This record gives sequence, C-alpha cells and structure tokens, in this order.
Amino acid sequence: MSATAWAWLVLLFPLLGSIVIGLGFKVIPTRAAGIVGTASIGLAFACGVAMLVNLLGQDPDARHHASSLWDYASAAGLDIKLGVYVDQLSTFMVLVVTGVSTLIHLYSFGYMRSDEGYHRFFSYLNFFVFSMLLLVLAGNFVLLIVGWAFVGFASYALISFWYRRTTATGAGMKAFVINVVGDIGLVLAAFLIFRELGTFDYGAVFAKAPQAFSTNEWTVTAICLLLLLGAFAKSAQLPLHTWLPDAMEGPTPVSALIHAATMVTAGVYLIARTHVLFVLAPTAADIAAFTGLATLLVAGTIALVMTDLKRAIAYSTMSQIGYMVVGVSIGAYSAGMFHLMTHAFFKALLFMAAGSIIAAMANEQSIDKMSGFGRAMRFTSIAMLCGGLALAAFPFTSGFFSKDEILAYATARGGMYLIFTVLGYVGALLTAIYTFRLIFRVLPGKPCPEAQELIDSGHVHHAHPFNPATGEEEDAEVGFPGAEHHIAEQSAPMRIAMGVLAFLALFGGLVQVPGVDETITRFLDPVFADSPLSEIVPTVGASWTGLAIGAAISLTGIGIAYWVYVLRPGASAALIRRLRPVHTLLVNKWYFDEAIDLLVVRPALAIGRFANRTFERVVVDGLVVGTEDVVGSGGRVVRLVQSGYVRAYALLLIVGFAGLALYFLLSSS
Amino acid sequence: MNIEWYVVLSSLLFAVGAMGILLRRSPIVILLCLELMLNAGNLALVAFSQMVGNQQGQVFAIVVMVVAACEVVVGLGLIVAIFRRKLPLDVDSLRELKG
Repeated sequence: MSATAWAWLVLLFPLLGSIVIGLGFKVIPTRAAGIVGTASIGLAFACGVAMLVNLLGQDPDARHHASSLWDYASAAGLDIKLGVYVDQLSTFMVLVVTGVSTLIHLYSFGYMRSDEGYHRFFSYLNFFVFSMLLLVLAGNFVLLIVGWAFVGFASYALISFWYRRTTATGAGMKAFVINVVGDIGLVLAAFLIFRELGTFDYGAVFAKAPQAFSTNEWTVTAICLLLLLGAFAKSAQLPLHTWLPDAMEGPTPVSALIHAATMVTAGVYLIARTHVLFVLAPTAADIAAFTGLATLLVAGTIALVMTDLKRAIAYSTMSQIGYMVVGVSIGAYSAGMFHLMTHAFFKALLFMAAGSIIAAMANEQSIDKMSGFGRAMRFTSIAMLCGGLALAAFPFTSGFFSKDEILAYATARGGMYLIFTVLGYVGALLTAIYTFRLIFRVLPGKPCPEAQELIDSGHVHHAHPFNPATGEEEDAEVGFPGAEHHIAEQSAPMRIAMGVLAFLALFGGLVQVPGVDETITRFLDPVFADSPLSEIVPTVGASWTGLAIGAAISLTGIGIAYWVYVLRPGASAALIRRLRPVHTLLVNKWYFDEAIDLLVVRPALAIGRFANRTFERVVVDGLVVGTEDVVGSGGRVVRLVQSGYVRAYALLLIVGFAGLALYFLLSSS
Repeated sequence: MNIEWYVVLSSLLFAVGAMGILLRRSPIVILLCLELMLNAGNLALVAFSQMVGNQQGQVFAIVVMVVAACEVVVGLGLIVAIFRRKLPLDVDSLRELKG
C-alpha cells in the first residue's frame, strides 16, 4: 500500500470511531465506547507507523506524495481537491498526534469512568483527533481551513463538556470566539494566496511562491501576517492567548490532549508548513519570533504565581509553545518540531498527574491546599516528577535536548538572534523554577487532609461537589467526573498511559543527541531543504556548550525552587510582600484579559448599544414608522370619500366625467 | 331636421336622468333614471348615425339596449332581494359598504 493510502486510513479510523460512538450511544455499552474510542485512535497510530515505514523505504528527497479522493470544487481556474499531502512533516505530526492521543484516550478510559457523558466524551475526543489529523494531512489550504475550524469546534465542545457549569460554557465560548478571530486570518491569507498564485494546492503554492514574490514584498508579508493571526489564535500566543488558561475548565484529559499535546501545536505546524512563504517575508518571520519570545517570558512569569494547578501548567504550555514558535520562525525548523514532540510527551504526562491529584483532592485545584502527595500517591508523584524534570530541562531528559537545540540554532544564526538565546535561557530558568515550585508545594511536606485520608483508608477523599471557581453546586450528572473520582494508583489504564509517557518524557530526547544520532533532523531535513536558513547548523561543540549552559540553568532553577519552597518555607511569602506590585501584576496575568476587555469588548459593546439605542430607535424606527404613518394617514384621508352614499359616488362620477369632457373640449379648441 | 335638436333633446334627457339619480333616494326611481340616461345616449347615437349616413351608430344603440336590459335584470333582482329582507328601500340608509 502506498503512503497516501495509509494516510486515508489514518483519517478514517477516528472519524469512524466518532460516528459509531456518537450515533450508537444507546446501543453500545459504556465500557465498550471507551474501548472503541481508544482502539480507533490506536489503529490510526498503527496506520501512521505504516506510513512512516513506507516513507522510510523511499529515497529521502522523494518522500512527498499528494493524493486526492475527489474534486471538491472544480471550475475555470479553480480546482480544489479533497486531497492529502504526505511528507516527512505531516507524518511526524500524525505520529505525535495519534501516539499521544492514544495514551490520553487510555487515560480517559479510567479517569472518566463514572462520568454520565462517557459516550459523548469519547465521541468528541475521536472527532477532535480526526479534525487535527485532517488539519495536519490536508493537501491544500481549503482542507487545512476545514480541519482548522473543526479543531476549533471540537475544542469548544470539549471545554464546555460539563455544560451545567457556567464557567465551563463561558470558557468554551471564549475559546471559540478567539479561535474564529484566527480563522478569519487564515481564510483571508488563503484568499490572498489564491489571488496572487491562482491555486490553493500546497505543492503548487510552494513551487510558485519564490518566483511570484520578491523578498519582503508587501503581498507575501501580508499573507504571512494573516497566517500568523491564525497560528497565534490556535497556539495561544500573545495577545490571543487568554482562552488557553480558561480552557482548563474542561475535563483534565481534554487539557492534556488539546491544550498541551496537539491542538495548540497547530500554529507551530502551520508556520513550519508554510516556511517557504516565511523565508520570503523575513519581517513577518521576525514578528512571529518576537511574539513567541514575548509569550514565553510573559507566560513563564505568570506561571510563577498561579495557584491553580492546572492553570499553572497551562501557562507553562503557552511558554513552551513560545519556544516552538521562536524555533520555526527563526529557521530552527526541525528543532522546533522536536520540541513539539517532547513537549507533547511531558506536558501530557504532567496534566495526567495533575488530573490524578485533583481527583484525589475531590476537584480542588488550588495548590495552596495541597501538600504531602509524595507519600499518598507514589506512582502519580513519580510521574509528575518525570514530567517536571523533562519540562525543567533536567540534563538528559527529553526537554533538555529539544529546548537547547532551538537556542543553539539562535546562537549559530548570530546577530540580532542572540537575543533569543539570552532571553530563551531566562525563560528556561523561569521554567525550572515554576515547574519545581509546583512539585515542591504538592509532593513533599505534611500530608493535607485529603492526602492523609488516602494514606489512612486507601480511599479517595469525597466532598460535596462544588465548582471551586464560583462556589456553585456541581450537577453530578454532567459535572465533575461523576460520583466517583479515579486516581492513577487505582486504575490500570491510567497507570499504563502515564508509565509510557514518563518513559518517553525521560528518554524521548535520546533520538536527537547532537553529534550522536540526530534522527529527527535527518528525517525532517528534506522538507526544509529549500529554505536557506536550514543551511545554518550549529556545530556539535556549540550545541554541547549550549547544553551545558542549559543544564546549569536548569539545576540553578531547581535549586532556587528548592531553596524558596522547601528550605525556607516563609521565603515565598516574604518575596510576595517585598515585590507586591510585581506580584499583583502577575496574579492578574499582566492584565491581558482586562486590556482585551477595554480595547475590544467594551468598544464592541458600546457600538452595539449605540446601534440598539440610537441608530435602531431613531434611524431605523424613524424610517419604518414614518413610512407607516404616511401611508396610514393617506389612507385615512382617502377613506373619507368612501361614505357609503351611492348618490355621492354618482355625483363624483358625473362631476369627474364632466370635468374630463370639459378638459378635452377646452384642449381641442 | 337639424341635428342640433336631437342633441339638445338627448342632453336634456341625460341631464334629467342624472339629476334624478342624484336627487332621488328610491332604488326603483334611480333605476328608471339610469334607463333614461341610457336612452338619451341611444338617441344621440341614432341621430349621429343618421347624420353621418352609416349604420354603425344604430348597431351600437342595439348593443346598448342589450346592456340596459341586463342591467335592469340585475338592478331589479337587487331591489327584490332588498324588499325580501325587509330592508328600507332607500339608498341612503343602505350604506354598510362604506370604507
């Protein structure tokens, strides 16, 4: 079978799973829905592997194939096919998406076991994976937009999964609206591309672009900026990031799947996929890189003060995606994609561990109330530690190799791009501190009541379900995962998923050790060979120097966290007192929500109110009511003539005819 | 005989009919006055036909008579219907169709 045939199968299985579970929810037993959902993604992963094997059997430069099933729209000058594009980049993304998704489905199988919406959950989840795969495998911009919008919808459906929670539905709408802002950018970019190049097809666009555009021409810059609008909204980059922390209202597996491992990397994929255009528009690429840099620093600082466990990890996700955006924008394409992969491993793992702890806390997410889970939940703690080490780029874990590779490239490119190296290392220090802040506050110490209960009785703590954000009572049928809570210690599927991810988080980076194997770079390089930036390669020595600096920074960060949160328990409170304004700024997330509220929401509301109160009442109502009045009063006048007196009618008739006769008589003479 | 006499007679008849319609309230009299006006028209038609010297006007007068007969049938039918319902035979009080 050809690689594209496998690609169609990759798309088929999740779609089939979603439809079967979604339509057959009355027939399929609850457990079976989870099995079908997990198996369909597992099969998609298997087909992805087959696709990889197929590609590996070919010449590295001939590993790109397009295939289409049928014409979507065919007219003069327009030919949109329902087609897939298989090359190293899409294969890589397919493997990451399906691989991590399979594990997350497995985790959900245990975690969501008591939820009343079990079928709905797996149907949505499969649909989400299908949309993401469609986005990744699409062979033209039209299909990319379809997948892009599907992903946005799936995200909305999953964030609002517990639909009786007002905070969850609000967060879902916020995510959807911000994503639509990005969609508009993407659609306009596609229109511009079509206007300039006359095609939507990837192959044709990337072949024609270098001849059609001169470097930094305004059209190509506009296309790239519009693409970036889409990428920023999807990948939660400044200033379109505010939906991501709110998206933590969804079930924890959703946070792991969408908001860490897959969906938010779509923007990174888009930049990497359209790198041909970004090479032609260096200004746009620099804007993207600086936005990524700003995001990684801003998100890193916010993560330092977040007390909500999941939101802190969400800000860390934003920060890490900032690294990826920097990577693919400055030309470190395969390094960016490599970081995407390792991040998918350790961030999914961290979310899973967080979900397990939150379940043990009976839906309490504040780390102020957590402590001592190291003794209460051994497996979860070890998993969280593995994920934390990888995130903090502890030497020889996966994050260690991937993050430093981006920074080493920035060093090798030199000049202005040294800023990225320096500030990237600052971000790495922040990462290490906030990661181990979470770990040191949750795992060691005297067990909190919930942890103690788990140690003493072996049972998970139960509390009356209240939404911690608003205090409103949860609806047990569609609220927090059902009546019972499930932790990794007591659920084999969750343990398996976390075990595999922990292994990958620790050792997944070894496939790409500078100067040793560099598997990913060698695999992905042919895709990016047409970019002049890919000729810049950091030397092995420089890479190892970078790694050494990274290791030192990571250990320093962990040390600082250890000193502040373990050795001197009062130190963080003292720091907060000393740096009150900074702390206030960070706790309020740099006031981004307020700024957007002030600059966008309020003006829009004001325009709406003006339109409603003034324009609608005066102009529209005036026109409509005025017309009605004129017609009505005219009617009233004419109605008087209809008196009902036959003789009056006769008089009118006679006078009228006499008048006419007189007129003709006078005018003829 | 001179044509003016015919025309004057016709106009007088027409005016008498018109005045009758305008002034009288009984539907039967109004119907009679209508007939008078039609016949005034007929007289003019026949007179002009005689003057011009072709038969078209006379044919037209016969058509008018047919129409007048039809109209009388409908009009008298209405009057009989009004009478049967014991409504007043007065056009001024039959004014429910006002606007």
